[in-house]
Amino acid sequence: MAMTPLTGVLAIALAWLAVGLAGLLQVDSLRLVARVLFPLGAVLALVLLGVALGALARAPEAAVLPLGLPDLPFHVRLDGLSALFLAILALATVGISIFAAGYFRAGQGTAPGLLCLQYHVFLASMVIVLLADDAYLFMVAWETMALSSYFLVTTQHRIPEIRQAGFLYLLIAHLGAIAILLAFGVLSGGSWEFTFEAMRGNAPTLSPGWIVAAFALAVLGFGAKAGLLPLHVWLPEAHPAAPSPVSALMSGVMLKMAVYGFLRVAFDLLPAGRWWLGGALLALGLATALFGVVYAAVQTDMKRLLAYSSIENLGVVFAAIGLALVFRASAFPELAALALAAGLYHALNHACFKSLLFLVTGSVLHATHERSLGRLGGLMRRMPWVAWLGLVGTLAIAGLPPLNGFVSEWLLLQSFLFTPGIPQPFANMLIPLGAALLALTAALAGYVMVKFYGVIFLGQPREAALAGAQDCGWLERAGLVWLAGACVLLGLMPGAVLGLLAPATELLTGATVGSAGGSALWLVPVAAERASYAPIVFLLGTLAVVAATFLAVRLRYRVPVRRAPPWDCGYPAQTPRMQDTAEGFGQPIRHLFQSFFRMTRELPAPTDTAPRYRVTVEDLSWGALYAPITALVDRTASRIGVLQQGRIGVYLLYSFATLVALLVIVL
Amino acid sequence: MSAALVQVLAVMLAIALAPLFLGWVNCCRAWLSNRSAPPLAQPYRALRKLFGKELVLAEHASTLFRRTPYLLFGAMATAAAIVPTVGTDLPFARAADAIALVGLFAAARVSISLAAMDVGTAFGSLGARREMMVGFLAEPALLMVIFTASMIAGSTALPTIAETIAGRELAITPSLAFAGVAFVMVLLAENARIPIDNPSTHLELTMIHEAMVLEYSGRHLALVEWAAALKLFNYACIGFALFLPWGLAPAGAGAGALLLAAAWLVAKLALVGAGLALIETLSAKLRIFRAPEFLVTAFLLAVLGLLVHLLLGS
Repeated sequence: MAMTPLTGVLAIALAWLAVGLAGLLQVDSLRLVARVLFPLGAVLALVLLGVALGALARAPEAAVLPLGLPDLPFHVRLDGLSALFLAILALATVGISIFAAGYFRAGQGTAPGLLCLQYHVFLASMVIVLLADDAYLFMVAWETMALSSYFLVTTQHRIPEIRQAGFLYLLIAHLGAIAILLAFGVLSGGSWEFTFEAMRGNAPTLSPGWIVAAFALAVLGFGAKAGLLPLHVWLPEAHPAAPSPVSALMSGVMLKMAVYGFLRVAFDLLPAGRWWLGGALLALGLATALFGVVYAAVQTDMKRLLAYSSIENLGVVFAAIGLALVFRASAFPELAALALAAGLYHALNHACFKSLLFLVTGSVLHATHERSLGRLGGLMRRMPWVAWLGLVGTLAIAGLPPLNGFVSEWLLLQSFLFTPGIPQPFANMLIPLGAALLALTAALAGYVMVKFYGVIFLGQPREAALAGAQDCGWLERAGLVWLAGACVLLGLMPGAVLGLLAPATELLTGATVGSAGGSALWLVPVAAERASYAPIVFLLGTLAVVAATFLAVRLRYRVPVRRAPPWDCGYPAQTPRMQDTAEGFGQPIRHLFQSFFRMTRELPAPTDTAPRYRVTVEDLSWGALYAPITALVDRTASRIGVLQQGRIGVYLLYSFATLVALLVIVL
Repeated sequence: MSAALVQVLAVMLAIALAPLFLGWVNCCRAWLSNRSAPPLAQPYRALRKLFGKELVLAEHASTLFRRTPYLLFGAMATAAAIVPTVGTDLPFARAADAIALVGLFAAARVSISLAAMDVGTAFGSLGARREMMVGFLAEPALLMVIFTASMIAGSTALPTIAETIAGRELAITPSLAFAGVAFVMVLLAENARIPIDNPSTHLELTMIHEAMVLEYSGRHLALVEWAAALKLFNYACIGFALFLPWGLAPAGAGAGALLLAAAWLVAKLALVGAGLALIETLSAKLRIFRAPEFLVTAFLLAVLGLLVHLLLGS
């Protein structure tokens, strides 16, 4: 077999499995895992990045593997969409694996060798998800991905909360898997053909009702993995429970597998459906985004905050996909490509900045043993590397130019500007208003990230113990630098990135973006007189002005600098406890979006000698959706429990009655 | 004259004129409240005094804190290169459209908020929190105002928007009327004016902008204040580009036409400064808890403007 990109990718998946298995040679040796295996995994990811980028420009390539069940061999295929997501996977994994090499410490939870196996099985299963070309292999890989990540989440399995979080994750992952399985079932249309090729041929013959059913099941199934409302509840539990590199991998990479799966089903397998399917997905995505960002603003645990922010970002990605579906149904392929490119760009960006920020929280956690924002602060002076690299991620995720988060937001806003041209009445008036929600979400994301960064890294340490915090080691720094560099590059070269997205948009919508005279540095999505954006020119212009100001002021005014205690309006007694806490910083949001939360507050009376203030904010969906379901399950279980008498005679009677009943039916 | 030269001259003009505009607003406010006004050039004197003063820096202020004033000033000066002030032929505006301009304002807001939190005083973080609270509602409102104008003009580049709107028949466009009201509200909120913030008070319970910059002194404070004046100037010019785009010099205009356009600009600024002072004199400062209501109203008006445009097509 000649060495093609497809065999290359398969070889890397196998190599990752081998690296994982090698961890079992010396299960308890942290040295082997940290010094050899994780760096090796990172090198493999780097190779995968090269192979995937090379495969983007090539024609799709398919193969049948002699594995699987006798009549059901595994089909694999590498096309523009899979290559793009392989590149996303590899890009984030390089940084995460280097960081992980320096991150894991001995002594707690799962043995290092076992962790290495789970980690690399997780990576390999994601590669197979992206390559799978039949429903059978896809589901096998999808389930392997869910299971291996479950074990990674429950690394600290001795802590009951973490076991509980893992269970919730597993439960919702399986709910989603059932929906995906049913969606494939509908797509195969009773033909017993489970290859994607057959489904592509089969889907146009489905009746509109079945197309809607398959679409809804795909939204449910992949939405459960991506954290769309109301199946988002596992993210804020599982992300804080997992070790930080695992959180980074799950949030930065695994959530993108849900995006991939959904795109594969909704664009590749299903024909262009009704516009309102896309409209409904757009509404769901925007609702998820707003919900996620509002909840992120009131969190006090840094990893929970990031988890809610992931919900927001995936909401934005799905909103972009919904918009692309609306354009596709209205037969505007160029605009569909624009909206889809915005979504893909955002998915790519999220893989970089969210992984970076989760890794940053990992470093902070190691240095301080503290996850609660209320006990951090002032770490910029103790951990300059982590703080400055974290600042890049913070500004990127807040959607500020010239970093990468801004570009995808810009593209999505640009595509919203075309929505009044949709032929459907009412839709062409309602959908543009989605831009208002998107703008609100983006602005709130800025609020959240100022809170996240300001409370952790700026100000004065809120606890005396923070004075001993140490900056992270060189391996961890290297991982952070890789991801921060990706954020900067993706922001400065939007034209080049759109070139990378072109094969995927071409495959899914039949059109590409940026053919209107853009270049690697200039972004011209539709036409030059309509809109253009050149971050490098923008950045250089701003930097030139800043440098000129700096030089002019410093040369003209050589006034000495004196260090003194902070002024603070002249108040004599100042303690670090007078700074805003995370609760305090989120207060305006809590006040403004009261109806979004279930809030319990304990306020001190004016006469209290030892005043206490306590506030807890709970997810509304627990009370509205999950508690009733739990209660129903409990009730049903206790009813069924009546059957369970614990006496063998009664059970024999059940068997006898069943037998008689069956005989009566058969005869 | 070459477009790039005009561009640089326009930025210089903005930097030079911004404190004068602020001084004019202050004069008008004083006259309207029957006080004797400070000299028109008072802001320049204040800047000169601050630049010459010793710089007192909080003990544990980080590099972030020290560099932010330069960044802030640079961002506002760059914004002046995107907004049409005298002419509409802006080569730099092709690199950054109106959405990028809003992003630039957001970047400036985030950097000053982070700097305010850096020293770790009670007022710093209070100011940062309030600034972000104002910002997260004002930013989408501004974006929706720009969206309405962009849909009318078919472009998000501010010079193109200004040209298109100036080229239309003189008639009140309903959508732009809504957007205009929303824009004025955003301008007041974003530039720390009454009723959201009072630029001339250090009252602990109400201040926003002043609370953030309490720790700055000397040349840092001068840059921050100059940047604030530039921001007000830029907002006024965005307003001109969207709602009063007449009198701008077209591409390839000679020196005479540019001078005429500059005269137009000064006239418009004088008028708008007086109007701004009138609004500020007639309204009372809102309690900080009422500020979100004001801003939500601005946001909804902006969305309404967009909806009116979609319904009526104008």
